[in-house]
Amino acid sequence: MHDLKPVTALGQSAPVAETIGTITIAENDTLALASVAARMGHEEACHAILKKLIGAVPGPGKAQLHDPQAGFWTGPDQWMVSAPRETHELLADTLTPMFGQTATITEQSGAWVCFDVTGAAMSDLCERLCAVPIRKMDAGGALRTMIHQMGCFVIRCKADDHIRILGPRASANSLHHALTTAAHSIA
Amino acid sequence: MIIDHPLLGPRDAAEFTYMGDAKLIDRPDPDADTAAQDFHDYAYLRDNPAGWHQELWFHEAGDRSWLVVTRNTLTHEISKVELARDVARSRGRNK
Repeated sequence: MHDLKPVTALGQSAPVAETIGTITIAENDTLALASVAARMGHEEACHAILKKLIGAVPGPGKAQLHDPQAGFWTGPDQWMVSAPRETHELLADTLTPMFGQTATITEQSGAWVCFDVTGAAMSDLCERLCAVPIRKMDAGGALRTMIHQMGCFVIRCKADDHIRILGPRASANSLHHALTTAAHSIA
Repeated sequence: MIIDHPLLGPRDAAEFTYMGDAKLIDRPDPDADTAAQDFHDYAYLRDNPAGWHQELWFHEAGDRSWLVVTRNTLTHEISKVELARDVARSRGRNK
């Protein structure tokens, strides 16, 4: 039998959390993700199922912060749905029968690294890294942007000093480097 | 240059990549008798207007949507921005 040890996106046995000045950058290893793309002609039925699942159909630039499943808009008629990995490890497999023919579901858990950035200077850090209008964003704003040439989603969470950044998992260390370097520059 | 994205609002043109003349949406019918000539023209021939031009822009640093931007090549004035999907469907495409 293989004796395999799970590692986080940064290659460690446990998620990395680091406080630099007032900013805490914490790898979040607890998310299960799946993308939902409405099929042509089934948009309304797909919206109804999505609304039942997460409580709303997030419009452009918006996220629905909801338990246990949450979701955010990723493009026209496309969303990302997330849930706690502990309880929803097979999220895509459970969503597929729920949406049936109305949407195409793709497993995304293995494609993304998630960082929770919190602290008083979060907005300063965000401004140094990407073109997201962070000070104008309300809780539940979600935009895709570029951080050091990596396409990332930036989600403004409920707390005023909290953003969640989803970036490409294969570039997890590069994204972590970008975040910590920016944090050191303002610490 | 600012492109007024129909879903996300005004965005800097640096977030977009220019993807060519919007005539690329009108792909010729491969089963037509004149298909060889049609595809030659489709692949190689472009107008180069001094004035209003419909062009494709890809929102690479944003939501990755394809847009049809109507832009004046003399002044860089942009008069209209639409989702390429909507333009293609209005021209009878079914996808």
